Amino acid sequence: MSKALEEKAAPPRTRPFTTISGREIRPLYRPEDVQGLDYARDLGDPGQYPYTRGVHPTMYRGKVWTMRQFAGFGSAEQTNQRFKYLLANGGHGLSVAFDLPTLMGRDPDHPLSLGEVGKCGVAVTSLADMETLFDGIPLGEVSTSMTINSPAAMLVAFYILVGEKQGVPQAQLQGTVQADILKEFIAQKEYIFPPRPSMRLIVDMIQYCTDHMPKWNSISISGYHIREAGSTAAQELAFTLRDGVEYVQWCVDAGMDVDSFAPRLSFFFNSHSDFFEEIAKFRAARRIWARTMKERFGAKNPRSMMLRFHTQTAGVSLTAQQPYNNVARTALQALAAVLGGTQSLHTNSLDEALALPTEEAVTIALRTQQIVAEETGVINAADPLGGSWFLEKLTNEIEADALEYFRKIDAMGGMVAAVEKGFPQREIQEASFQFQKAVERKDKVIVGVNDYVMEEKPMPILYIDETTAREQTARVEALRATRDQERVRKALAELQQVARGTGNLMYPILEASRAYATIGEMCDALREVWGEYEEAPVF
Amino acid sequence: MTNDRKIRVVVAKPGLDGHDRGAKVVARALRDAGMEVIYTGLRQSPEQIVAAAAQEDADVIGLSILSGAHLPICERIVALLKEKEMADVKLVVGGIIPAQDIPELQKLGVAGVFLPGASLQDIVDQVRAVAA
Repeated sequence: MSKALEEKAAPPRTRPFTTISGREIRPLYRPEDVQGLDYARDLGDPGQYPYTRGVHPTMYRGKVWTMRQFAGFGSAEQTNQRFKYLLANGGHGLSVAFDLPTLMGRDPDHPLSLGEVGKCGVAVTSLADMETLFDGIPLGEVSTSMTINSPAAMLVAFYILVGEKQGVPQAQLQGTVQADILKEFIAQKEYIFPPRPSMRLIVDMIQYCTDHMPKWNSISISGYHIREAGSTAAQELAFTLRDGVEYVQWCVDAGMDVDSFAPRLSFFFNSHSDFFEEIAKFRAARRIWARTMKERFGAKNPRSMMLRFHTQTAGVSLTAQQPYNNVARTALQALAAVLGGTQSLHTNSLDEALALPTEEAVTIALRTQQIVAEETGVINAADPLGGSWFLEKLTNEIEADALEYFRKIDAMGGMVAAVEKGFPQREIQEASFQFQKAVERKDKVIVGVNDYVMEEKPMPILYIDETTAREQTARVEALRATRDQERVRKALAELQQVARGTGNLMYPILEASRAYATIGEMCDALREVWGEYEEAPVF
Repeated sequence: MTNDRKIRVVVAKPGLDGHDRGAKVVARALRDAGMEVIYTGLRQSPEQIVAAAAQEDADVIGLSILSGAHLPICERIVALLKEKEMADVKLVVGGIIPAQDIPELQKLGVAGVFLPGASLQDIVDQVRAVAA
């Protein structure tokens, strides 16, 4: 055994006993900690209101969660190959990562796209790239999740049109588009337009999906990025669900019946390293949402009250040091997500603190989920930790913290107003700084980073060079030279016309997409009408 | 560097990426360590970053890049610094940087590269050292 791996004598612990979010944990929990808990009122069986224990009566006995690996890099052709590989190896659904120019509504030849094309995801500039991306993948048979927010409506349009070319009607298309612009302002910062027109674009898209795409989840209300930005577990829960409330309110205000669209809302959470706190968070999420939908919005359809969610293990927990340790971290986070009752799961790859993952690393990540599903036996009984005094107490505490944030945000006039004031942004910034200080003090140990450090050799990684940028620029130039320019010009003019008025924007976006207008052109047309959002650079 | 003048650092997020957790935590740590920190905000072009450094009379430019765009962006900033006769302004970069790119960044004249897991103390110490 090498010296570095020799067992250390455990020193007396001086660090505080807190969760990764800084929540105090007592040495022992007993029945009196959850004395007021009423089984029928506060928990219910799985499949019963308030769904604390899960949304399906049989949970994973009926169907295991969807193993959905987020993928995308380089050109549409390269990512198409990765998709086919994942489907051939037992993946259930596709999940598209787009590159930053696509996410930010810029064409590859825009100056700010310098160095970004095809790097963090696949480059999709127009319908032509989308056709390549799904070439040979029958859209009537797979479900696809698209992580895109500001230009979500454009990508949904592209997907509908690819389906059309394959002979699959939009009513048959299955999948999800993230389209959660509020968490972009709060955390990930990939916004284009100011908050209010951004919300309108989302509401128009939800309306369109409600009318035409019954199998499509029109939005994935996301806490993942809020957590990655450094929030606590309770903040992730609070801001995500309060974002959900905001979308529901805007749709209701636009004249939609709550039960017409709420069953298609879905959520997306982070599964971080603090095992019990995460499981408690998922359970609290279901209870808060069920009660909010019933009591605040008067929903009648139980499906409107059921919080269904996707989970991704915490990218931010991955270390560049001793990267093979990330397999263990990811496995434990995946287990927490499953014990928390997730509907679908992405497990991160061991090399993602270094680069986009290699095919080998992605395979281990997928196999990790398969091991949890097939070997651990955790799927046999629903909500196996329900009734644990510690877990139920933690669930109650996190719920109470989230509801306190609800009250604060309501008092500010809602989430759009809170975002405009910079409230959730400041809360997260403070939490992330405090966490970093705790790491510096070694109150929080990160194995291989601030303790258990050793010398190591670099590992092989996926390297994406500037080839995609050159090819993508050439492709878009060729497209602009061959398409019907007059049709594009008219479609973009119509898009601006509707943006100035009150009509549903999905229709002109569909027409512009059909004419092979690029994402940059469509977003520029809207930038001219709505302007661009800029955040005050405070730290 | 004398004690009368604080080290002046422009912290910038170039490119299209909005993940600003690292940039903000580092900016705050540098400020807490007694430096004068100017944070540019998101999506700054190389031209804007160099202009900010000139206007703020910066000793150091610190870039946060997680997206893989570090090589073309650093190349451009170094070229602009030369062009504007600001070669005394030191450039440091933090983020997700593949090991194979580090020699190339050093060759360009990048004075410090900080990888995931770098401690705030190390960053503060190195920024102080390159500014000296």
